[in-house]
Amino acid sequence: MTAAALHLHATMDAESVAIPASCAAQILSIKNLTVSFDGFKAVDNLSMSIDEKELRVIIGPNGAGKTTLLDMICGKTKPTSGSIRFHDVELTRLPEFKIVREGVGRKFQTPSIYEDLTVAENLEISIPQAHGVWASIFFKRTQQVKERIDAIGEQIMLADHLRTKSGKLSHGQKQWLEIGMLLVQDPDLLLLDEPVAGMSPREREQTAELLKTIALGKSLVVIEHDMDFVKSIANKVSVLHQGRLLSEGSVDQVQNDPRVIDVYLGH
Amino acid sequence: MRNIERNSQRAAHLGIAILLLLVLPLTLESFWLGAVSKYLSFAFVAIGVVLAWGYCGILSLGQGIFFGIGGYAMAMFLKLEASAPELPDFMGWSSVEHLPLWWQPFSSLPFTFAAILLVPIIVAFPFAYAIFKKRVSGVYFAIVTMSLALTLTVMIIGQPGGTGGANGITDFKTLLGHDVISDASKRVIYFIEVGLLLLVMTASAWLLHTRFGKILIAVRDREDRVRFSGYDTAMIKAFVFTVAAVLSSVGGALFTLQVGMITPSLIGTVASVEMVIYAAMGGRLSVPGAVVGALVVGFMKSFLSEQFPEIWLFFLGGMFIFVVALLPNGLAGATQSMLRRTLSTKEHP
Repeated sequence: MTAAALHLHATMDAESVAIPASCAAQILSIKNLTVSFDGFKAVDNLSMSIDEKELRVIIGPNGAGKTTLLDMICGKTKPTSGSIRFHDVELTRLPEFKIVREGVGRKFQTPSIYEDLTVAENLEISIPQAHGVWASIFFKRTQQVKERIDAIGEQIMLADHLRTKSGKLSHGQKQWLEIGMLLVQDPDLLLLDEPVAGMSPREREQTAELLKTIALGKSLVVIEHDMDFVKSIANKVSVLHQGRLLSEGSVDQVQNDPRVIDVYLGH
Repeated sequence: MRNIERNSQRAAHLGIAILLLLVLPLTLESFWLGAVSKYLSFAFVAIGVVLAWGYCGILSLGQGIFFGIGGYAMAMFLKLEASAPELPDFMGWSSVEHLPLWWQPFSSLPFTFAAILLVPIIVAFPFAYAIFKKRVSGVYFAIVTMSLALTLTVMIIGQPGGTGGANGITDFKTLLGHDVISDASKRVIYFIEVGLLLLVMTASAWLLHTRFGKILIAVRDREDRVRFSGYDTAMIKAFVFTVAAVLSSVGGALFTLQVGMITPSLIGTVASVEMVIYAAMGGRLSVPGAVVGALVVGFMKSFLSEQFPEIWLFFLGGMFIFVVALLPNGLAGATQSMLRRTLSTKEHP
């Protein structure tokens, strides 16, 4: 099957989802995105879009290009061709820090936090004012700043650990802290790479609740393998395979899609 | 625990202030006080290394470049005043007949001071920003800075008519008519130096306490993540590198003033590596540690080279290996962990 045909099929699937996609505004629109590493196309002519306040989950076997896709959206990897539009801004030409300032937050697969700083300090330096040198030198820890840190600390279930060196947190708590660091930035779009990896079942439930709350106000793109977790959070699922969009729709739809079954059983 | 750390920091600052303002001037004879002021000029450099390397992970093996900028700027002013109205003596030896154009503004003290502060900024910032923007860092950055220090010494030695060559610039007499050689005036310069040093220590400790200070640590540990929090990390690194450069330059100027000379060997690669060792010895995460490191290593150098003129370098080398292998955070780190251990045994006997 050609890429074009696949894309067409995926689009048709998307349209048949119960949620009327047309009435929500698009926040992210990816068109014909390709990246090749020494001739290997990790992402191959991929097109997809994310709506405002949508919680989208991306699944797919290893090497499907999921992480690479997030890397390109947040500027870590530069695409070979194609376009990524966020609101009305073309992201492919911007450096990472400017993409962040446009309102895209990224959480990495392994918790990526500053272990030598406390939880509160981790959150504080993620606050999106004072990115410049002088502004950060003369940054004041105002009441407003403290309240914001407390509120986010509460939301990510680390209110009791604000003064703890973040290197001492459990693995699951580190994952939450990194999500908190994104929330402090107040982005419109959050990209989360396997946010529940290494978490206990209880922590997974709490994380699912957290993500659903976040999705009330923001868009999320989540990479995840655990299908139970996917079911508990997803509005819509995109399946990637060999850098292409294989299928898109509700969890039930993609799980019953013969091509998806074929890819997963074939591996 | 954090309070203990903060209090011990304060105590260390206070201890150094008392040591430098009272104890040493009251107990040391003028020869040794002069030696201490020489060591202290390296303390400025070492504080810069603590900020750039200890807190932001930027290892520069070329701090001698900036030490040299300050040192030579000061030397040019002093030399012009000492030889006026004639040309500086070394120019005559190379049959230079007119004062080179780039020497002329250095007959003005305000210009010289401005040069000491601004030239390192003009050199360090664009260079560092361009390099960090290209994401050259770590060992590669260290090698680049090291080779620049080497280049600079070769250039200076190659132009004896303009720079004094390998012999450097020496034979100063006065500063705006005030004598700079007598013991009494060296004492005055010592107190000016200590005052400046305490100011720099306080400012550095304050800087590390701000949000910017936390960002430095974050850049050191996870530069990627910092980019994804919306920072231009190249700008942050270039800034702190520039601060370190200015501190080096100030140290160089004070060195020239105190010691009465500046030569290429004081600013080359070996000297630059030594400057990093001061900070490593004292503790690369501690501003007071940097000062102690400069004093201890400086004193050891003087003492050992006097006692064991043949083999003193081996002692010095052994000391460095000991510190690097066993005290990764230097003397300050060792003191702190000792303090913590005593306190925790007191709390839970």
